[in-house]
Amino acid sequence: MPNTFIKIATVTVGSSGAANIDFTNIPQTFTDLKLVFSTRIITGSQANIWYKFNNSTSSLSWRGLYGTGSAAGSNNGTTVGLLAGVTTAANDTASVFASGEIYIPNYTSSNNKSSAVDNVGENNATASTVYLVANLWSNTAAINQITLYSDYNFAQYSEATLYGITKA
Amino acid sequence: MPTKLVVDCTTGATVEVELTEAEIAQREQEAKAYAEAKAKEEADAAAKAAQKEAILERLGLTEDELKVVLS
Repeated sequence: MPNTFIKIATVTVGSSGAANIDFTNIPQTFTDLKLVFSTRIITGSQANIWYKFNNSTSSLSWRGLYGTGSAAGSNNGTTVGLLAGVTTAANDTASVFASGEIYIPNYTSSNNKSSAVDNVGENNATASTVYLVANLWSNTAAINQITLYSDYNFAQYSEATLYGITKA
Repeated sequence: MPTKLVVDCTTGATVEVELTEAEIAQREQEAKAYAEAKAKEEADAAAKAAQKEAILERLGLTEDELKVVLS
């Protein structure tokens, strides 16, 4: 069986927290990328989690479908970043982390870059948010950097792992 | 000072770096922009709901009754 799904790097947030998690100098040798994350922020209630490519927050757009446990809806945006869903926060059940993944096909191509998100702001309670998001970065540059961030600092033990996927 | 974790995917090395003043300013600007966009989205949704309620009241129908009419 070909070895086509390879871990590139993992980052775990330490006790001092972190505003961003940056994957830089991403190898250009894979076909697709997959970023898997487990996050919690240090303050407040559940907040959005964002990502950006090559440190760019221009020429982007997203459309999301969400359910909160009591309602469902859709939204869209063009500011701040590409939407990775929501992250669990300090007001949520202790020691519970949001989880999600971002799939980024053809990240080295010279076309605009689409990516898909599947996320849930885990809370171990009735009220929680699940998100599916379609993101578009209208830029033809190859992706060599991915930054994951939120409105508040990530708490200790938040983690993100980047995988490279090669077509068989 | 907030920090970021930067991993070099080629070497595997991770370093913790303080955000620059520019990065902090950008972060605050982005949070403000999102808060404004979200407030507008919520205001639009509230206005639409109020409009819908007013129309139903004029028609003298409940939402469920309207669904029956339209089904």
